Amino acid sequence: MSILESLLLALKNIVSSKTRTVLTMLGIIIGVAAVIVIVGLGNGLEGYVTDSFSDMGTNTLTVSVQSRGSTRTLEVEDMYEMVEENSAYLDQCSPTVSMSGTVKIGTETTSSSVTGVSEDYFAMMGYEVASGRGIQYSDIAQRSKICVVGAYLDQAYFGGNAVGDTIRVGGQNLTIVGVLAQQSEDLEEGGSDDCVYLPYSTASRLSGGRVSSYVVTVLDENDIDESSEALESTLYAYFESDDFYTVTSMSEMVETMTSMINIIVGVLAGIAAISLVVGGIGIMNIMLVSVTERTREIGIRKSLGAKERYIMQQFVIEAACTSALGGIIGILIGYGLSAVASQVADAVLGETLAVSPTAGAVGMAFGISVGIGVLFGYLPAKKAARLNPIDALHYD
Amino acid sequence: MIKFTDVYKIYPMGDTAVHALDGVSFEINEGEFVAIVGQSGSGKSTAMNIIGCLDVPTSGTYELAGVDVSTMDDDQQAVIRNKMLGFIFQQYNLIPTLNVLENVELPLLYGGVGAAERRSAALRALEMVGLADKYKNRPNQLSGGQQQRVSIARALVGNPAVILADEPTGALDSRTGREVLELLQSLHAAGNTVVLITHDNSIAVQAQRIIRLEDGRVVYDGPADAPGAVVTPSTSGGEGGGPA
Repeated sequence: MSILESLLLALKNIVSSKTRTVLTMLGIIIGVAAVIVIVGLGNGLEGYVTDSFSDMGTNTLTVSVQSRGSTRTLEVEDMYEMVEENSAYLDQCSPTVSMSGTVKIGTETTSSSVTGVSEDYFAMMGYEVASGRGIQYSDIAQRSKICVVGAYLDQAYFGGNAVGDTIRVGGQNLTIVGVLAQQSEDLEEGGSDDCVYLPYSTASRLSGGRVSSYVVTVLDENDIDESSEALESTLYAYFESDDFYTVTSMSEMVETMTSMINIIVGVLAGIAAISLVVGGIGIMNIMLVSVTERTREIGIRKSLGAKERYIMQQFVIEAACTSALGGIIGILIGYGLSAVASQVADAVLGETLAVSPTAGAVGMAFGISVGIGVLFGYLPAKKAARLNPIDALHYD
Repeated sequence: MIKFTDVYKIYPMGDTAVHALDGVSFEINEGEFVAIVGQSGSGKSTAMNIIGCLDVPTSGTYELAGVDVSTMDDDQQAVIRNKMLGFIFQQYNLIPTLNVLENVELPLLYGGVGAAERRSAALRALEMVGLADKYKNRPNQLSGGQQQRVSIARALVGNPAVILADEPTGALDSRTGREVLELLQSLHAAGNTVVLITHDNSIAVQAQRIIRLEDGRVVYDGPADAPGAVVTPSTSGGEGGGPA
């Protein structure tokens, strides 16, 4: 009796008891579908994070520095010099001074992202000035009380005529000299168009501190790691220690985020895998019942000359087929749910989240489900094969 | 063909031991039609299990076609059952999920015969029992007599050395029972060795020779038409095919 014949025999048995087969497979179906959707969701999330961060610029390094006591301080001029020293890798540099986000416009108070930057900042980040002017070197030098606002503030509070008006930040009136072009699709509070930029010198005086962080652009974003290292070694030479500065690139942040997402997805997939095991136990349960129910049939088959190994083969193949079939249905449902999840994310969140299961995850889910079938089918099959033919024949 | 030499089968039952077969010896030759007769508890079922390689004797030897099968392991016995023996059971013992043809094919399937050859041999066997047109039916779509004929087709499909019929008419009415017996007689006429196990004297006399068992011993072994064949010493004349 060949494996193919056993396979046909098993399929026949599976088809002849549909309800039971479906109930048996349910655990496997749910487990496989859950694993696939969760892994797909993880991939989607990873893609989403990568996309979002690359929008923010993968060619930028963020540098944050502290003073080493009173003896070693890093002034803005020193930083510019360092960037100049590494001009093989580095392009431009701008200090960034983040301020408390409370903004008073007339009698209203709102909160926005308020940052002090240099005259090069907009060019570095690819921001365009839609009306008025940007920040100029003279503004930095004179600590001018001016600012440039994002499109959201312009539209929401000034009806598109913000230039020339004033807003109050940190107890200081600032004259709006320019409005940035709209960046995101929708203007919303807290979005990337809800922002205020002012000269870093003005910001640093208002917040009463030293400039401690910088944005540096690199010439070639493929060399971002080398560029980061070059800047770090210059900073090390300056401070003679690596405790007083950090250089972070966007790609590093993406990596960190990605590994965090992977951990979460791994934990969730592990939980889903538990249902695969439970499904396997369900298969074992049904196979044990099936062996008892078919004791007489086993007796007949043995009396006709079926060896132990054929009986064994029949039951193991039946269990493996049941779970493999469950695995395939689970994969199809998993793909279906992934497609639905993508649509839902698009419709509800307005974000493009491509829930896409990897071929590896699908293959693994299928392999595990078949493995579980064989593993949990083995014990009942052994019991069936060991039955004494006389006892089995007279079993009612 | 079948040779029992001083066969014992002893089942331990608590403190005592039950001697199901208590030193049984007989020989059945090729082409014979033998009925093994006895009441319930006489040991005829045990004898049938041993002849059918479904059980092994506690002591003594059982030779089938010159081979000692009493010491074989499970797999070797499975091969003997498959190649040498054809079973006909009281309850037909067809597999309900398979159709008639597939049921008849089963011994050949386990014997490693190819699909096309299996099918033609099974159809031939069904033709011999007059059920070739029903080959697609499920067993439960047939009458009891038809089911028993299917099981006879299954028994003879592999062309076994011995056909072993265990109360083959027990579940049938007398008319279909007669048909089944006629079929067995025609198999015998065609040269097959047929062993019939029954408690019913009126069935047993259809055979050529009777071996009567009582309490695990042979009490009569001779032609079916001899005067002592249907009379047992202990129950003188009282038994006439009553229920076991």
